[in-house]
Amino acid sequence: MAKLDSKIPSGPLAEKWRKHKSEIKLVNPANKRKYEAIVVGAGLAGSSAAATLAELGYKVKSFVFHDSPRRAHSIAAQGGINAAKNYQNDGDSVYRLFYDTLKGGDYRAREANVHRLAEVSVNIIDQCVAQGVPFAREYGGLLANRSFGGAQVSRTFYARGQTGQQLLLGAYSALSRMVGQGAVELFTQEEMCDLVVVGGQAKGIITRNLVTGEIRRWAADAVILATGGYGNVFNLSTYARGSNTTAIWRAYKRGACFGNPCYTQIHPTCIPVTGDYQSKLTLMSESLRNDGRIWVPKRKEDCGKDPASIPEADRDYYLERLYPSFGNLAPRDIASRAAKRVCDEGRGIGETGLGVYLDFSEAINRLGEAAVRERYGNLFAIYQEITNENAYRTPMRIYPAVHYTMGGLWVDYNLMSNVPGLFVLGEANFSDHGANRLGASALMQGLADGYFVIPYTIGDYLASQKPGSRPSADGPEFREAEANVRGMNQRLLGANGTQPVSHFHKRLGHIMWQYCGMSRTREGLQQALRELATLREEFWATVKVPGSADTLNQSLEKAGRVADFIELGELMCLDALTREESCGGHFREEHQYPDGECKRDDERYAHVAAWEYQGPGKEPLRNVEPLNYEFVKMSLRNYK
Amino acid sequence: MVAAGSPKTISVTLRVWRQAAPNQAGRFVDYPARDVSPNMSFLELLDVVNDQLTVTGEEPIAFAHDCREGICGTCSLVIDGKPHGPHQGVASCQTYLRSFSDGAVITVEPFRAQPFPVVRDLVTDRSAFDKIQQAGGYITARAGSAPDANAVPVPKADAELAMDAAQCIGCGACVAACKNASAMLFVAAKVSHLGLMPQGQPERDRRVLAMVNTADDLGFGSCTNQYECSAACPKLISHDFIARLNRDFIGATFRSGFAATPANTGGGAG
Repeated sequence: MAKLDSKIPSGPLAEKWRKHKSEIKLVNPANKRKYEAIVVGAGLAGSSAAATLAELGYKVKSFVFHDSPRRAHSIAAQGGINAAKNYQNDGDSVYRLFYDTLKGGDYRAREANVHRLAEVSVNIIDQCVAQGVPFAREYGGLLANRSFGGAQVSRTFYARGQTGQQLLLGAYSALSRMVGQGAVELFTQEEMCDLVVVGGQAKGIITRNLVTGEIRRWAADAVILATGGYGNVFNLSTYARGSNTTAIWRAYKRGACFGNPCYTQIHPTCIPVTGDYQSKLTLMSESLRNDGRIWVPKRKEDCGKDPASIPEADRDYYLERLYPSFGNLAPRDIASRAAKRVCDEGRGIGETGLGVYLDFSEAINRLGEAAVRERYGNLFAIYQEITNENAYRTPMRIYPAVHYTMGGLWVDYNLMSNVPGLFVLGEANFSDHGANRLGASALMQGLADGYFVIPYTIGDYLASQKPGSRPSADGPEFREAEANVRGMNQRLLGANGTQPVSHFHKRLGHIMWQYCGMSRTREGLQQALRELATLREEFWATVKVPGSADTLNQSLEKAGRVADFIELGELMCLDALTREESCGGHFREEHQYPDGECKRDDERYAHVAAWEYQGPGKEPLRNVEPLNYEFVKMSLRNYK
Repeated sequence: MVAAGSPKTISVTLRVWRQAAPNQAGRFVDYPARDVSPNMSFLELLDVVNDQLTVTGEEPIAFAHDCREGICGTCSLVIDGKPHGPHQGVASCQTYLRSFSDGAVITVEPFRAQPFPVVRDLVTDRSAFDKIQQAGGYITARAGSAPDANAVPVPKADAELAMDAAQCIGCGACVAACKNASAMLFVAAKVSHLGLMPQGQPERDRRVLAMVNTADDLGFGSCTNQYECSAACPKLISHDFIARLNRDFIGATFRSGFAATPANTGGGAG
């Protein structure tokens, strides 16, 4: 049984982080260069961590499977980043950002972590502006803000609809600076395939070079995983095609606990699915809900009609009707389920009936088309590119799609997993968003972890490690891990079956979307577990992976990732099955109020489920970390 | 959605550049794709062809891709002779089959430029862009040392113009489109973005000299003002930024002659 010590500092909520920073151990400047940290992943969390640790004087090796750190999928985040600057003078504060985020997560996150996130949010904006991030500005030259879901203040900073891109380019430029100075060694197209644990501590990784196929062993004093989320378990999602779970999944198999794997975010505003060849779902930023109004026809018979021909009186602006105080800016989980409900009632629109309208006609009348174009022009252009429809003339058609995973490897307050020396940052960890993440909070968390948390907390661990004590990469643990990786690749290449990897990925996606998507039931999850076990066996028996392990082989890359996704899918269903309540993105049909809202069970489930691997074919162990709410009263989440 | 009157499915032939390794000779191979949806993206068509190849025991076509929404800059196809295909202002992944006529033979090649060697099939090595960034494409701002974000106002027009440049996705289409394989539009976008911000002024001269000189050293060619780059750019970044780059470069070169310390050393320490 894993020991889960959250290491939350004692004392008043607002003092915890400051107190912790002044109490944790330091590494003296001359010793820092004697420690080496491996950072896997180069999105917002990974790039900012690698750059900042190098600035402090640590030796850093940065690994990324992309051909450049700038390609990491943080680049695609559109809408914005939250910060409690209160530049709008509208009553925002660190406490309000903390409270909104905690409530948004349906009271399933740690108070202390979320408060720290809100505290450092203000430093992030300072940092990014100093790096030259071209945030939107008002005519006076000061920073502009907009509103996002789940908040009643305007605290979201943005750079058109490309905020993630600009923040990532900022972090990438900081990383590039340190690479240029020789303080970070950068390894691109180098995929982590295993974690090496020596004497119970994470001391290295095994990688495969995706161009040459070479398998390499790397020793370090600490390993940091910032490898993003696992939404591609659903096959169709807003994730990049390359986004995967392999790094964290293989760390899980080496003993790191997996926290709340079933907490997934289904984003309400994405372009609907059109065909079975589809590889990708495209997000339409939540920021559109500032000015767009969501509706479906009141009557089923109207669903096939031209939307322009449906009079106002026959439209159901269901979010405004159900949640009058938040309206179209209701949190994502709530807006997504509401869309599903109206479609389940037969009132969905579009060819498949799985769609709702996002309508800008009122905003265009109020502001003029030019103003709408200035705010959202690039999003309207993306929409037209994909659908061949002009959203200035006719409403967008949208439907929920998988967008983010709140679950991830379990970490303590220092962002260290239960395997000492293994740190997990950003979306790859489970820590700050509870059961639902609010919009514009992912960028905040990624950069908080990388710029302002790990630079402090890693020292606390390294100070306990003797300088120069890292093991040799020739040790038995490294050789065993390397053999493990080679063995898996040979098995995949040797299966020599009949079906391409995509066949299994699509089937996996169907199972997960049907049974472990927006709404879940006991029977459905049990059915999913049976189907996934069959799928896993069929995969290994009939997958066909052409080519060799010694060259660029994209089929082999995909095969390894899908193999991991199938196993992860089983863990997600198991987690969803055992959590007998509804909370945030986890909606169990058995547990709801008469109006269809989530019915939490704080008596029995106010805890983190941290799953511990027990070996192949064995049911994993469900460890529990209780969530103690000392400062905020857990209450029914109300957006009405 | 298909526009009214367009066909339900189309059939095309892909004429694809196949090359097993950097130093091996490549050749074009034809692959028919029958009865596919015009709503399919070009990369999804490659997915479908690759699955067919896998099942029949042939090696799939290697191609670079990731986000499939035009922002990561990974995809990099030359389609019918044009980097990123027939439409302006989109990346390869945002090219849809509805742009091609039934029965078309579509040529698909990698980006071709000496500093971007072919790795395999349609995949090239564009790490040279990272090296240009590492040489100076940043503002030195150590984490923890930043002043309040609103301490220095930035005129809205400057911020907007900086953003126009900062949109660059680093795909390299500008280089592939240029007969000289010049990286001027890429470098100009970086130099202009950072140079327009007040935060970018202290390193402005050092930055432009280091980035231009590094691009030269890496084998990128010179600009001869053909503007193929901005025509191919998926973000429609204007070649006007190249003029801005030239002004910065000339000024910095002049000033560096009088500087107390050489402009291309030391500035990055921090």
